[in-house]
Amino acid sequence: MFRHRRFVIEGLTAIGLVVARFALPYLHVSPETANQILVWGLFGIGFDILFGYTGLLSFGQAAFYGTGGFVAAYLLINNMISSVVLALIVGALAAAVVGVAVGVVALRRTGIYFAMITVAIAEMFFFIENNPLSDYTGGENGLPGVPTPSINIGSLHYQFGTDWSLFSFIAGCYFLGIVFGLRIVRSPFGAVLIAIRDNPLRARALGHAVGLYKLAAFVIAAAYAGFAGGLLGVVQGFMPPEAFDFDTSGQLVIQTAIGGTGTLFGPMVGAAVWLFLRDFLQSAFGLGATWKLVLGLVFVALVMFLRRGLIGGAAAVLRRLAPRSAPSAPQQAPAAMPAIASVGATRRRHEAPFTGPVIEARSLTKVFGGIVANRDINFAVEQGELRGIIGPNGAGKSTFFKMLTCELKPTAGHIAFHGRDITRMNVADVCQLGLTKSYQVNQLFSRLTLRENVIIAALAERRGPFALDLLRRIDRVPGLNDQVEGTLQLVGLTGRADLPVAELAYGEKRRLEIGLALASSPSLLLLDEPLAGLSPSERAETVQLLKNIRRGRTLVVVEHDMDAMFGMAGRITVLHEGTVLAEGTPAEIQRNSLVQEAYLGGVAAE
Amino acid sequence: MLSWSNFVSQFFNGLASGALLALISSGLTIIYGTLGVLNLAHGAMFMLGGYAGLVAFQATGSFLIAVIAGSLFLVVFGVVFEFLIIRRFYSRPPEDQLLVTFGVGMVLVELVRWGFGSLSFTVPPPSWAAGVSHLSFMFYPTYRIVVLGIAAAALAVLYFVLYRTRLGMIVRAGIEDSTMVGMLGINVDRVFMLVFGIGAMAAGFAGIVNAPVVSLTPDMGEAILVQTFVVVVIGGVGSFPGAILGGLIAGEILSITSMFDPAYSEVMLFAAMTLVLLLRPQGLLGLPSRE
Repeated sequence: MFRHRRFVIEGLTAIGLVVARFALPYLHVSPETANQILVWGLFGIGFDILFGYTGLLSFGQAAFYGTGGFVAAYLLINNMISSVVLALIVGALAAAVVGVAVGVVALRRTGIYFAMITVAIAEMFFFIENNPLSDYTGGENGLPGVPTPSINIGSLHYQFGTDWSLFSFIAGCYFLGIVFGLRIVRSPFGAVLIAIRDNPLRARALGHAVGLYKLAAFVIAAAYAGFAGGLLGVVQGFMPPEAFDFDTSGQLVIQTAIGGTGTLFGPMVGAAVWLFLRDFLQSAFGLGATWKLVLGLVFVALVMFLRRGLIGGAAAVLRRLAPRSAPSAPQQAPAAMPAIASVGATRRRHEAPFTGPVIEARSLTKVFGGIVANRDINFAVEQGELRGIIGPNGAGKSTFFKMLTCELKPTAGHIAFHGRDITRMNVADVCQLGLTKSYQVNQLFSRLTLRENVIIAALAERRGPFALDLLRRIDRVPGLNDQVEGTLQLVGLTGRADLPVAELAYGEKRRLEIGLALASSPSLLLLDEPLAGLSPSERAETVQLLKNIRRGRTLVVVEHDMDAMFGMAGRITVLHEGTVLAEGTPAEIQRNSLVQEAYLGGVAAE
Repeated sequence: MLSWSNFVSQFFNGLASGALLALISSGLTIIYGTLGVLNLAHGAMFMLGGYAGLVAFQATGSFLIAVIAGSLFLVVFGVVFEFLIIRRFYSRPPEDQLLVTFGVGMVLVELVRWGFGSLSFTVPPPSWAAGVSHLSFMFYPTYRIVVLGIAAAALAVLYFVLYRTRLGMIVRAGIEDSTMVGMLGINVDRVFMLVFGIGAMAAGFAGIVNAPVVSLTPDMGEAILVQTFVVVVIGGVGSFPGAILGGLIAGEILSITSMFDPAYSEVMLFAAMTLVLLLRPQGLLGLPSRE
């Protein structure tokens, strides 16, 4: 998904639009219909970035469509701006500003809450347009008299008409919209959006400021909507109040779902289907208003049976007709992992050398309701250590780990990382400081390939928590490729790098889980049961991997496999009933009678 | 204009429409809480209830039969809808659930438009509830008082079913954790079907009871759907008491604001929702962790 042949899609789009300009009149398509398809398509590019790429389904895009449209129309009609293009841009900017305000409220919740809130806010815009602002918007009458654009370069003057010549203008806008949209979704920024759709929890844990990315996607969608809304006024010569209708938002959602998400072209295809059905069913079958019933049935059937819309369906058919070359045979993990200690071992932020413990927890306590999960834990790990944490089930190991990575806020106590208090920080910022965790249950980006997974992790380290590098190509991120290849090699997955995660064996997924944490170049890596569920040979490989990656890093490992733990850990901390029972070298722990009593049930370990 | 009796009558209006909103919203919230599906066809089901009642009323001339027939029709509709479509979407992403229920809502609206046209229909209130009542200090339409009573009674019945019956206990347990309920050996499929039927009935019942107050049009459900969203966001998604509280608040905001300027009533409603979101994102009676 992150590798693209440059300019191919852009070129095909340009050719398609030019062909359409000359072919559609012969197919008896009216210029009004063709223009509307493109306006909906342009509206939908932003929506696809929001829904298809970021996974946020908004039912309130009409708010931005209407805002941009009315701002542009008002400026033009009242001669405050004479250039149509400039007015469209101002309209898009106005919609973007409104998008920031709406996004801040709506993005406080996710999923269905987000959908409901966007609906309600859009309805509020509808009422505001209709009543308090009706002096400016014309209320129910809308704003008539929106001019068509013209070009003035020196002595050259060209006034676009209302028919096919206007189509050329709209097609130009659509083309730019596609080019810009493709740049966005192919940028590092776009890659993070895709990761957020797939697994927001992990995206955040890897150090991406998920909330800001969502807001940025929301604002981009609003700007596209605002620009398209302005074009609607230009196409119709009149800005209709229906732009603010709930039906407008609904139509956009339906068209996008019909066409398919995740390609940017889906909304345009969906709009073509919608408008074709409207014209065709109404005239050819004399169905009158009933065409919408047919459309609704088609839509429900599509959602039920063709999940990825028409474009997704067509792609599936093409793939079946031309089977791609068989995937390479599963490559055995190399018996001896290459020891590449240098990869990402150093953070780019070089802080003043700190000689104390890498991480230190003081009097850490966590209470859930009436249950004390952790009580008064004191814990410190020195630079370069490989510390093991053991303890029976329910000892509080996972809770303790979650507090260290700031996924859980402690009830009392403090955590310091490199001497800096991180107790109240969030998980993304802590990861940016160089502390991350591999999860007990795999948290991968399951719709991406292995390499793309690692790229997402490395991007957080390369770009920081948030960067608005919309137009940068992902292969232009300095050092990214080396870091990704190095990480893949380190976890022994180079040969499998281009397979989707879903096709990996469990042991490979487990190594990728560790690889994700590694790719963010942590100086302190926490591993939550890295050996869980692995076969004996996979265990041996993973233990070797841990020994390799400890060079230049500090590791803390929670694990139930005692043999593995005693074999690799320098020191071991034993948790029991939420408190530290003992701490010492493996030999000391094995001899400790308290540990034997509590953990091994009084029977001495061999 | 801002007389005392005017205020009181608007307050009553708010109670009556709020109680109806509470009823519709509790259907939406019970379905979401138990099945995890946000039913965007809920507004259309409210509309369908009104038209089903209209057909029954035209055939029999009895308002009571219209109410019963309309409600039963919606129960059957809800059960069939769940069995044919919703059931296939439990394991699919929430976006797909939104899309399919939205699509079904659209089909329902267009189906009714096809059958009845876009003209509006009215159902007269029952003869015993027609006219106005003379309360000690003002005149008030009798049927509005009846609506308040009926809606309150329906909510009480719903409360009884949810909190005092075995089915209700299963439903409330399902809201907490439906997987666990299934593991305890309860036929979740059948419970889900029934819950959807009950939720649909709440919407349909409100639709027919409301029919004498406003006229029926195919797209009347859209505005109601949006209002129920506001109600459940204010009250807390998945919370039955939250739906009632949110419904009453929304009803009062709508009618009290329209006493000053009707144009702003909806705006005030959404402003209230925004305020709740900013101060208490989980809703007034919602639990913090439910997403």
